[in-house]
Amino acid sequence: MAAALRRAGNHVAQLLKSHVNIFHQCGFIGDSWINGSCIDPTLGLSDEQKQIQKVAIDFARNEMYPNMAKWDQEEIFPLDVMRKAASLGFGAVYCREKYGGTGLSRMDASIIFEALSQGCTSTTAYISIHNMCVWMIDEFGNDELRQKWIPQLASMEKLASYCLTEPDHGSDAANLTTSAKQKGDHFIINGAKAFISGGKDTDMNLVMCRTGEKGPKGISCILVEKGSPGLSFGKKEKKVGWNSQPTRAVMFEDCKVPMSNLVGQLGDGFKIAMRGLNGGRVNIASCSLGAAQSCIELARDHVKVRKQFGKHLENFQHLQFKIAEMATKLVVSRNMVRMAATALDKNWPEKVALCSMAKYFATEECFKICNQAVQIHGGYGYLKDYAVQQYMRDSRVHEILEGTNEIMRVLISRDLLEDGDRKYS
Amino acid sequence: MSALRVLVGCKRVIDYAVKVRVKPDKTGVVTDGVKHSMNPFDEIAMEEAIRMKEKKLASEIIVVSCGPSQCQETLRTALAMGGDRAIHVQVEGKEYEGLQPFHVSKIFAKIAQEEKVDLVVLGKQAIDDDCNQTGQMTAAILDWPQATFASKVEIDSGSLKVTREIDGGLENIKVKLPAVVTTDLRLNEPRYATLPNIMKAKKKPLTVKKPSDYAVDISPRQEVLSVEDPPVREAGQKVESVEQLVQKLRDAGLVA
Repeated sequence: MAAALRRAGNHVAQLLKSHVNIFHQCGFIGDSWINGSCIDPTLGLSDEQKQIQKVAIDFARNEMYPNMAKWDQEEIFPLDVMRKAASLGFGAVYCREKYGGTGLSRMDASIIFEALSQGCTSTTAYISIHNMCVWMIDEFGNDELRQKWIPQLASMEKLASYCLTEPDHGSDAANLTTSAKQKGDHFIINGAKAFISGGKDTDMNLVMCRTGEKGPKGISCILVEKGSPGLSFGKKEKKVGWNSQPTRAVMFEDCKVPMSNLVGQLGDGFKIAMRGLNGGRVNIASCSLGAAQSCIELARDHVKVRKQFGKHLENFQHLQFKIAEMATKLVVSRNMVRMAATALDKNWPEKVALCSMAKYFATEECFKICNQAVQIHGGYGYLKDYAVQQYMRDSRVHEILEGTNEIMRVLISRDLLEDGDRKYS
Repeated sequence: MSALRVLVGCKRVIDYAVKVRVKPDKTGVVTDGVKHSMNPFDEIAMEEAIRMKEKKLASEIIVVSCGPSQCQETLRTALAMGGDRAIHVQVEGKEYEGLQPFHVSKIFAKIAQEEKVDLVVLGKQAIDDDCNQTGQMTAAILDWPQATFASKVEIDSGSLKVTREIDGGLENIKVKLPAVVTTDLRLNEPRYATLPNIMKAKKKPLTVKKPSDYAVDISPRQEVLSVEDPPVREAGQKVESVEQLVQKLRDAGLVA
């Protein structure tokens, strides 16, 4: 906070020198008025969780928010800041301490990713994907893989990518075709993966491949290190948002990988992928919460500054109601996400459906909140000088990846319409 | 030279970013439901102590806070940054409103003696009352040297070399240990607590004491008559010439 005092002083000095930060908006995220308001993210949290949230929001405010526009516009993958986050324990939040994880819960992770996302939604989303991958190794890998990979992933000295989707198999993931055939003590992998976050700029990929029969039971999870023979990458995709992380296709042409890189057992791959995604969905939903929280904070500041028809915008009932509705939907989304996180922590049988509900509801509602915040800003909301458009663009994709919101509805309806024994995975 | 035992004072104050409001009854400012944090200068004090410990120049850091039960949050933050033990001297409600540096310095002095501390590091002032007294008073009670407004501290076999920020610039002094140091803004940049340290902080000892445990009488020495907003700034007047200015000053009775 002393640093913030210094920074506040510097900020004023900078403004006086007309040395403008990319964002014209002053003030900062996680401002003190939020404490004790109905949208306070720390409502109902324990003292320890509040401390955790404070570290995350301070980090987001100081290290991420001032840079988020630059990272977006110049497409910078901010390794240094991510590694700094990892040094505080954000690299492997819910992995066990035994191999180097931080040993916190899914609820703690949700609080953390929501707070970090206020600083930069796109970067936080990547950090959460990385976290998901480390967990998959911690949960399903053998001790050798854990000892080798978890310490360097926890510190983000090395980065991870999650490879499930293929050009022809997105929602229909269970029928993926990337194959891994055993030859001696190696796998030979052939196929391609699409839309891989971090692709080429990460050090290892967790790749779901077909090692056996058709359908989910024939899929295995194999760790493919950067530099493996036969591993290549497509061009860096040009995206509407998530520009602070590179996205590429990953290609395997007779890619040779030692059999010791098998995570779990043969045929476990789909189960590993889906279990990973349960947490991934809570994480992505949490990132959406952070984007929406920042947007409401910024919209609130704007209506106190902007005047039309002789009054500040905050005096128009339509806008008062609009902000009230946005805030209410944020708090509802937050509660749904935290309930899903609790379901994972306590291993409730209903966890898959709850995570699906949280993911689809929060990502949809929070995108709408970001979109409404752009509208509240009027013409300024459309300029890249203002942060709201970036939160909107970044959060749009959350409705699509880690399982489309349509697939989320499939999973929920399955839970409701099942007549026989529910297959809880 | 053996490693120092350090005492750091941490005050829980209204967060610097809050727009402070005066209570309608004018007895003070609104604190209920308002965001509080560790005094920024105390964060700097903590950071300095932790850096000494990392260099093995300090062996143990004891953090102390005087105030209501919420002070324990501040102490836990200090422990999460790297403190070893915490002492909460509990003072509640009305009594806390009357607590002054005069009382706090006596408490710190007693604790410093009991804990056989070599160095007391405090923030130069708290951002709520801006007293800038506790460090100096503590040093006087202990009859220890003081190095206030420190922007640089070096340990030099049994002494401290301190650079002080003063009105005229920077002053370099040498003080023998044991001593009291108060921290100024540019001494260091406090670290973030790490998640593992937050978890470890839960297990670190936090003892609750009362001022009477240190034989300190905290009856108020001052009575606050009222707390009011500063007057609303009035518009100024522009004048065209020096003669006009002098005339206006005469009219206002400010010059003969």
